[in-house]
Amino acid sequence: MTPDLPTILTRLQATLPAAAVAHRRNPGPSGQDSLLVAPEHLVAACRFLRDTPDLDFDLLTNVTGVDWPDPAKADAVAVPVEETPPPRGGFLEVVYQLFSTSRRAGPLVLRARTEDRQTRVKIPSVVEVYRSAEFQEREIYDLFGVVFTGHPDLRRILMWDEFEDHPMRKDYVAPDDYEYEPTPHDAVLEKAKPHYPAAP
Amino acid sequence: MAIDQKLADDLKSQGVHVTSFEGIINWGRSSSLWPLQFGLACCAIEMIAATMAKYDMARFGAEVFRPSPRQADLMIVAGTVTKKMAPQVVRLYNQMAEPKYVIAMGACAISGGPFKDGYNVLKGVDRFIPVDISIPGCPPRPEALLHGLLALREKISKEKLMGPHRARHADPKGTAERPVPEFGAHDLEPTFNPDVWKPTAVVRDPNTQ
Repeated sequence: MTPDLPTILTRLQATLPAAAVAHRRNPGPSGQDSLLVAPEHLVAACRFLRDTPDLDFDLLTNVTGVDWPDPAKADAVAVPVEETPPPRGGFLEVVYQLFSTSRRAGPLVLRARTEDRQTRVKIPSVVEVYRSAEFQEREIYDLFGVVFTGHPDLRRILMWDEFEDHPMRKDYVAPDDYEYEPTPHDAVLEKAKPHYPAAP
Repeated sequence: MAIDQKLADDLKSQGVHVTSFEGIINWGRSSSLWPLQFGLACCAIEMIAATMAKYDMARFGAEVFRPSPRQADLMIVAGTVTKKMAPQVVRLYNQMAEPKYVIAMGACAISGGPFKDGYNVLKGVDRFIPVDISIPGCPPRPEALLHGLLALREKISKEKLMGPHRARHADPKGTAERPVPEFGAHDLEPTFNPDVWKPTAVVRDPNTQ
């Protein structure tokens, strides 16, 4: 029997006191709570979760990113472990889903946040603990612009190398190629309207 | 010079086939189209199905999918053309020898389809290379691809090799190569080839918009 999330949180705190920041609740139907981890302790936390025999989270299936321009939304359901984290601007979040194949447990969801969305966007790479993170971290770097320090080969993976934007960010502005829209509606209609010929 | 159809039919019944040089050239070209073997997305699966025994594209002489653009004369753009893939598609087109034809198979290759709002999706391969036949569908069934192939055969059989309306490949001024777009900082540069594609002015009723 794998310990539940509060137990894992307690044990993580006992080993790495500064690692866990908040227990983020998920009020949705899945009820999949997650742990907010301080980025500087992320790799150590992953190693702890992988190498502790009765936890044995040996498989990282999924790494994904979230862009939070409005931090109030991100923290709406988070329960801080200690004092309330200071208010700040938006940030990028990386979400890790750990499973234990030996104990058939999971997912254990870890989250780590960058300091802001513009320049301080570094998160330590977990590739040294979970090799499966390599391509997924490249994808998050490509689409969200999170810089994974210590990643062995941090390049764009989907977009071309000369590309400068990060398309999955909320403030990404897609190129305006709506010149020819014979049947526009909804969002496309709004984008096509500037290309309409002037009224005679 | 036009052939007297009655005389031609008369001779045909005697075992003599009279045709024009243009007719026999076009007959040869349309009857053995060699497609380029490449697929970009799920439409390619339907394309593969069309070549297999049940639909049997070999009935129309188009089963010899070539792994090299130098040997192919039909490009079936089967699937979503991403902006990252578009330069390679144009380069393959350029490497094909004339006469060459392009079938845009499926909604994605025609217009970007369900993914046209995507940041990396080209809104139609006709922005960079001239498309002869568009086959709508998502994906089109193999029958639709065969219909498109037959439509292309019909188009080829009506091609003019001489005169003012001659086909591109018969025209010394016709160009076989199209400029390959470059990867830009935000989008392809240019975003379309104005020699091939221009945004058509759509007449809209102001009362309904």
